[in-house]
Amino acid sequence: MRRLKGVLHLVKSAVQHDNKKLNVREIIQQKKKSRSVNNYTEKLIPKILFGIAAISVFTTIGIVLTLITETIAFFKDVPFIDFFTGTELKPLGENAVFGVLPLLTGTIISTLIAMLVAIPVGLMTAIFLSEYASEKTRKALKPLLEILAGIPTIVYGFFAFTFVTPLLRSFIPGLEPTNILSPGIVMGIMIIPMVASLSEDAMSSVPNAMREGALALGATKLEVTWKVVVPAAISGIIASFVLGISRAIGETMIVTIASGSSKNFTFDVTQSMQTMTAYIVEVTGGEAAAGTTLYYSLYAVAMTLFVFTLIMNLLAQYISRKFREEY
Amino acid sequence: MKYVDSEQVHKKMGSRLLANNLAKTLFFMATLFGLVVLIVLIYRVLADGLGWINMDFLMNRLSTDPERAGIWGAITGTLWLMLVVAPVTMILGVGTAIYLEEYAAKGRISSFIKTNISNLAGVPSVVFGILGLTVFARALDLGSVVLAGGLTMALLVLPVVVVASQEAIRAVPQFLREASYGMGATKWQTIKNVVLPAALPGILTGVILALSRAIGETAPLVVIGIPALLIPVPDGIFDKFTILPVQIYYWTIDSALVAEYANLAAATIVILLIVLFAMNSIAILIRNKFQKRF
Repeated sequence: MRRLKGVLHLVKSAVQHDNKKLNVREIIQQKKKSRSVNNYTEKLIPKILFGIAAISVFTTIGIVLTLITETIAFFKDVPFIDFFTGTELKPLGENAVFGVLPLLTGTIISTLIAMLVAIPVGLMTAIFLSEYASEKTRKALKPLLEILAGIPTIVYGFFAFTFVTPLLRSFIPGLEPTNILSPGIVMGIMIIPMVASLSEDAMSSVPNAMREGALALGATKLEVTWKVVVPAAISGIIASFVLGISRAIGETMIVTIASGSSKNFTFDVTQSMQTMTAYIVEVTGGEAAAGTTLYYSLYAVAMTLFVFTLIMNLLAQYISRKFREEY
Repeated sequence: MKYVDSEQVHKKMGSRLLANNLAKTLFFMATLFGLVVLIVLIYRVLADGLGWINMDFLMNRLSTDPERAGIWGAITGTLWLMLVVAPVTMILGVGTAIYLEEYAAKGRISSFIKTNISNLAGVPSVVFGILGLTVFARALDLGSVVLAGGLTMALLVLPVVVVASQEAIRAVPQFLREASYGMGATKWQTIKNVVLPAALPGILTGVILALSRAIGETAPLVVIGIPALLIPVPDGIFDKFTILPVQIYYWTIDSALVAEYANLAAATIVILLIVLFAMNSIAILIRNKFQKRF
């Protein structure tokens, strides 16, 4: 029935077309017109698309420009040397002191703790998935790791504050309610999937012939992994570590929630420390009035953070490009 | 001459095999570690929060009284935010991808844009917050409203959409384009009528994944200035707002004062995780169901 209707429709439209009796010259005129419209769009579209593509560049320029102009304003108030060598940070009150070292040590220590967790566990996970696991196990485990990677950082922050810190306090008596150790560990757990999946990609791209060669010489699987596969994939593996470090430096919510806002200049991981990211959240959350030194300090810290992560990202790109072994 | 001293080999064989097996167990345990943490995390959140989820919790407005507090404001805020992020990031992301894959000559400009995008992906989200605060909230004088937050988020997740769309467009086989040209179609007609429809599932997957990233982001919006105060439920993109992760943040840090706030935070996390899970499932479904293999 439906097919019959379709046929009827076709016949009808054919008849209607005949009835119109379009002149050939008119048809050509119409086509010409639409072609000139087409020519116009053909020239316009690439320009529009180029404009859209340029917005990502403008975003970068926007970030760099805002950071630089406000940072320059900050260094008019606070000498450059004092900022980078100052061990004291007291942004509020009349005798405000702006030394970035407490924030730098906080960032570096939390990153170190995170990488102490993420590098060994992530690398071992990658080795297991790439070298030891059967195809079936791998297919079952990888999506679960991706879930771990997809959990928002705020959830990890909640987890660090309400579960990991109390857990650690039960066997580290001196641990403060807010400390750098717990968010560092949780940050490491958050980065495991990233290190694991990037390292696994690097190891999976090592050709099987190399493994088989080593196995044929009588090497055990561990020896193949450690002496052949890992060295062959080392550029990708190290790049994954560097990207992990960059991620840890830029991570905000976990440390903001679980490490408090004490600006201690210390190396004691049981104490509360503030990272650069947490400082930015604290100062903006307090609605610092524009134009004050406190407000400008926000940009100086953000600039430092931006430069750190940019260096790490460029380093990762450089390592994976420069030291890649082609097979 | 003996090349292999089989006695020596035999002597060491046992310990080598043992090391191999020990290492295998160790690697397996390391893999399980992440999963165990995942299970503990989800169990903790459910144990703390599940009992607090009911219709009142979903439909009530914010309140300082934990018994009466609800997340209706945060839910509508999140929806309004997505209404800004989705179209903006899709137009910018897909447009950039089409330009890079179809129009740009393989030269300095396109490789510059590509490097720029991959570096943008590595910028910490809190720095995007600073950009949003300075440019959208202050310089354009929007204030900390949905539009300012949405534009910031759209720029933050832009690299995800660009990369996914680029891959989807690249996966469309050349013969489809050539067939279209052969029929007399122009370049833009080919892109509009052939390439984009074929790449659509991949593009949509990328957009949904980008949105699920935006839904979970907290730092940029806290920086832009969402206060912990009680905000009226937003009615449009020029209203002040709050979103689920920011709500979780304020309840978590205040849980030292009022213990029940931790339960409210956990309950909100449950809702957030359900939303994320649903979005990711849809993305995977689209990828598996509609993606054509050429």
